[in-house]
Amino acid sequence: MTTRLGSTAVAFGVSILGSAWFAAAYALHAGPQLEGLGLLVALGALGLGIILWATFAIPQEQVVDIRDDYPSSRDERSGAEAALQHGADELDRHGFLVTFLMAAFGALGVAVLFPLRSLGPRFGEGLYRTKWTPGARVVGENGVPVSSSDLAVGSVLTVFPDGHVGDASSQTLLLRLPPGVLQPSPQRRDWSPQGYVAFSKVCTHAGCPVGLYRSSTYQLLCPCHQSVFDVAHAARPISGPAARALPQLPLQIADDGYLRAQSDYTEPIGPGFWQRS
Amino acid sequence: MIRRLALALDDRLGTAHFMRKALRKAFPDHWSFMLGEIALYCFVVLLATGIYLGFFFDASTQPLTYDGSYLSLHGIQMSAAYASVLRLSLDTRAGLLLRQIHHWAALVFLAAITVHMCRIFFTGAFRRPRELNWIIGLVLLILALGAGFTGYSLPDDLLSGTGLRIAYSVLISVPFVGVDLAFLFFGGDFPAAQTIGRLFFTHVLIVPALIVVALTLHLGIIWRQKHTQFRGPGRTENNVIGSPLWPNYAMKSVGLLFAVAAIVTALGAFFQINPIWLYGPYNPSNVSSPAQPDWYIGWLEGALRLGPSWDWQIFNHTVPAPFFAGVMLPLAFFFLLFVWPFLERAMTHDGEPHQLLDHPSDTPWRTGVGAAVLTFAIVLTLAGSDDVQAKIFGISVETLASLYRIVLLIFPVVVGLLTFEFARELRDRRNALPKADGRVVISRTDSGGFVGQPEENTQRPS
Repeated sequence: MTTRLGSTAVAFGVSILGSAWFAAAYALHAGPQLEGLGLLVALGALGLGIILWATFAIPQEQVVDIRDDYPSSRDERSGAEAALQHGADELDRHGFLVTFLMAAFGALGVAVLFPLRSLGPRFGEGLYRTKWTPGARVVGENGVPVSSSDLAVGSVLTVFPDGHVGDASSQTLLLRLPPGVLQPSPQRRDWSPQGYVAFSKVCTHAGCPVGLYRSSTYQLLCPCHQSVFDVAHAARPISGPAARALPQLPLQIADDGYLRAQSDYTEPIGPGFWQRS
Repeated sequence: MIRRLALALDDRLGTAHFMRKALRKAFPDHWSFMLGEIALYCFVVLLATGIYLGFFFDASTQPLTYDGSYLSLHGIQMSAAYASVLRLSLDTRAGLLLRQIHHWAALVFLAAITVHMCRIFFTGAFRRPRELNWIIGLVLLILALGAGFTGYSLPDDLLSGTGLRIAYSVLISVPFVGVDLAFLFFGGDFPAAQTIGRLFFTHVLIVPALIVVALTLHLGIIWRQKHTQFRGPGRTENNVIGSPLWPNYAMKSVGLLFAVAAIVTALGAFFQINPIWLYGPYNPSNVSSPAQPDWYIGWLEGALRLGPSWDWQIFNHTVPAPFFAGVMLPLAFFFLLFVWPFLERAMTHDGEPHQLLDHPSDTPWRTGVGAAVLTFAIVLTLAGSDDVQAKIFGISVETLASLYRIVLLIFPVVVGLLTFEFARELRDRRNALPKADGRVVISRTDSGGFVGQPEENTQRPS
């Protein structure tokens, strides 16, 4: 018994030392590990001491409770029921008032929903359009325009429309493919001059940036859920949960040699949503 | 002093009758009854550390150029929110320690809730009269998930920003109202300037307040209904046997509070978590790989990864892939959990109140179903880090994902059936043993021999 009490006392003593350690570590700018060590000892020794005390120095008695709290006796139940009914009968005497009261509650409930509208803008054109416009200059993340001689064959660059660097929905991957790799559909034959091809960088599955490129197989990979897109075939999904191809940005090379967009994307970029047709 | 306080209270409130009963209230002892307490004490740690952290966090997406002590990020554009967490972590004494304790406590909080829920499920503690508390417990789990995700998203770092982007995409996938809901909560199309401020408000006020309300109900109902107990000598449907609240249970429980606090402090002190300075500020066109969420979001991450690549076109409208894996699946999962007590009652035609707990082998089919659902969730969680595993094992992530799809469909069934068989075997073997309910009274016969007779349980004096 006394040794048990002794160990509890020692634990409390150690806890006090831990607190002092923590305070000192804080005062001396000792960093998270040494601060944490003090706090850990202060808390842990305190817990240990209390548990030792509770386990070894307090008699382990067992008490028995009888479960008689519920359900209530038959009399109590019928009494409560009668009281409830009494009030309800009083209200029911003016049934039309009850109806009116409910209508007033309902109207108030609907009315206070209206201000929720202010929480966000109305669903507009934002999900359908990006900042790419006909003739918009293609610039890199540093804002420098990209010319047709800038990219080596086989490389990839994140680009934006001039003046909108960093815009989340306009982020685009510019790739330069070796001749003959790209298999464009007839409509897209003039969208990829000199092997330059551009796809939306926003994954059509859950909107992550499609940030990985396997240059040997011309595949784009989304690091969030591992959707794989086949660049050579209009970036159609070939593996993973994405169901739609990455939208392609029609490119042109202007007379000054700089890359420009022919137009905005021809379909909404990014993940699907109900209103998307 | 305690005596004078008690007398003073009784003078004014008449608390003596309540106190006399309450202080001798019985709390059954079993290690598994500590799980809920561990969750409760994690919440206490979360409140204490969270209040401290709240004074340092700047819930603003105002851009600024970093000029703090972490040289690698010097001159980088970032939000005020991210900069404030950097300052807290790297330039504030005890800031990093308390932030890491807070994060670890959240992880342990969710883990304790999950294991506690499993204990309630596998022992049948959710049965009448405790259906209501099962439902409140599930609400607490959902609130805890909400608290975790909103907190994880606050620092506006690259990893959590990507997580928010995914959450937004899942939300807009909901038919009819998805885009409107997303715009209302995020404050516009992602990334919107108001989002961090709203997450902060949700994280530090709305969710904790709801947790406090639900927790009060949860504990109040336990207090009123009294704790369940396992079968044992003298234990019946009409009594509860355990340590008295004062001093035995109170002392042990307070000791546990400090032990839990010490453990999360140890984790926070020595195990780095969420080093946001390594991830960099959120930038919508950047992403890190591999990208992993906190463990409790892993099953949703896995569901999104393994989910079917469906993109349904219905009358000129779209139901995209994340809806099935990211919305329908969790909804179905929680729906099953919410209705389980009523489903089980309908199947077993057992509407009786139960104060004695089942051993998991007492009900092989329930245990089998639970094991199957648990396996499903675990496979999804593992699939949520398939990119990391692909790297470790040197196989392609596509192969691994296909493998996980098969495992997801087969394993739960196999594990469920095996568990069912195993539990049934255990039950049958136990039933084959000679019956000896409760104590056996051995008495001497007139002829000098001994006979053993089971003592009647219900006759035990209380």
